[in-house]
Amino acid sequence: MIRFTLALMFLAIAAPPASAHAFLDRAVPAVGSVVSTPPSELQLFFTQDLEPAFSGVTIATGDGQPIATGAPSIDPQNRAEMVLKLPALAPGHYKVSWHAVSVDTHRTEGTFSFDIQP
Amino acid sequence: MRYAHFGVAAALATLPALTPSSAHAHGFAGERFFPATLLTDDPFVADEMSAPTVTLDPKASDGSQTFDLDFDVSKRLTPDVGIQIGQGWQHLKTPGMPGVTGLTGLSTELDWQFFTNGPHEATAMVGLNSSWAHTGRVQALGADDFTTLSPLLDFGKGFGDLPDSMPWLRPIAVTGNLSLDFPTKTESAGNPNPNNFNYGFAFEYSLEYLEHHVKDVGISAPFDHMVPLVEVAFSTALNRGMSGQTVGTIQPGIIWSGQYMQIGAEAIIPVNRQTGHGLGALVQLHFYLDDIFPNSFGKPVAEWFK
Repeated sequence: MIRFTLALMFLAIAAPPASAHAFLDRAVPAVGSVVSTPPSELQLFFTQDLEPAFSGVTIATGDGQPIATGAPSIDPQNRAEMVLKLPALAPGHYKVSWHAVSVDTHRTEGTFSFDIQP
Repeated sequence: MRYAHFGVAAALATLPALTPSSAHAHGFAGERFFPATLLTDDPFVADEMSAPTVTLDPKASDGSQTFDLDFDVSKRLTPDVGIQIGQGWQHLKTPGMPGVTGLTGLSTELDWQFFTNGPHEATAMVGLNSSWAHTGRVQALGADDFTTLSPLLDFGKGFGDLPDSMPWLRPIAVTGNLSLDFPTKTESAGNPNPNNFNYGFAFEYSLEYLEHHVKDVGISAPFDHMVPLVEVAFSTALNRGMSGQTVGTIQPGIIWSGQYMQIGAEAIIPVNRQTGHGLGALVQLHFYLDDIFPNSFGKPVAEWFK
C-alpha cells in the first residue's frame, strides 16, 4: 500500500499541468479591490489552461445591469489567461462573473467585485 | 478498554462509520469548493482516495491507545450516485500487555447526491453506510461481530451568498452529517449494541474563497489554498440500557488543497471521559482521482463506455 500511495503521489506531482479544475489564481483589477483609474481591460489568470469555446466572463454594474463587451479572448500562448476588453466605465461598483472549463473538461465558476473610485 | 465495561465501546466503535471518517468526497456547489474533511463527510459523491489516514487516538480510561492506518476509496457510478469502501489496520497498545495488531472492520457506503444549488452554495446527499460483521479482528481489537446499517443525510452550505457588506463572513462554510445506526445484533459478548444517533459538523473558513472570490488580501501560494476548520462528531446511544450516553470528539485543524491532492491535519480532543482523555492527532493524504485520471478511472462508471 505504501508503494501504491507513492505511485499516486508521483502521478499527482507528474500529472500534466494542463489537467484538473481551473481555479482563479489572480485578477487585474484585483478581487475586491478599489481602483482610481477605470481599467481598459479585465485580466483573469487561472491555475489551468482553459478551453476557449466553453470559458467566459461577463461584467455587470453593482445593481446587476450587464455591461456590453466583446467576447473575451484567451491567449493561445498562455491559455490560462483570459482577457476581456472593457468600455469606458464610470465610477461605481462592478461585479465580474466567470466560468472556466479546463482542457480536461472540468468546469468551475466564480464571481468577484471591484470598485472604481469617483 | 475500561469504557467497554460501561457498554460504550460499541458506540465508540461505530463512531467512525457514522460520522463517516471513511468518506472523503469533495466537490463544488456553484463557486464553492468543499474540501474533503477528515472526520466528517462532505455531501458529495466523488472519485477520490484517502491513502492513508493516520490516526493516533486519545488514550482510553485504562491507558490503552490505538494507532490506525485507514484507506478509503470513493467512486462515482453516475454523476450523482457513488459508492465508498474503506478498511483500516490498527495497533492497540494496552499498558502491561503486548501490542495487538490487525484489520478493523470493512465499511461500504452507497450515496445519492440529490440536491445542489449553485447560487446558494448548498448541497445534500442521502446514503446507506454499512459496517460489516467479522471483517476485522473481533476478539483482539474489538471489531464488530455484527453488521450495522446506517442510513444517513449529509448536507453543506457555503455563505458566499451573504451580502457584500459582510465580506469576511462569506468564506465560511458548514457541512453536516446525520445518521442512525441499526445493528443486526442487540448484544455482543454480553455488551449491548444500541441504536445510535450520530451527528457531526465541520465549520470551515476557506482562504481560497477569501482570496479569489471576496478580496485579494495578498495571501500567496501555498497559503491561499488552506482551509482552517473545526470538526465535531458525536454518537449518542438511544436504547438498550445506554440511552443518552454520548461519545465524540472535537477536531481543530487545517486542510491544504492542491490541484491533485490535499493534505489535512487535525488534533483530536475527546469530549468526555467515556471517549478518552488527552489529545490525539490525525493526518491524511487524499487524492483527487478525477483530476489525476480525468479521462479514464476518474470519470463516473456510466461514462466509461461513451
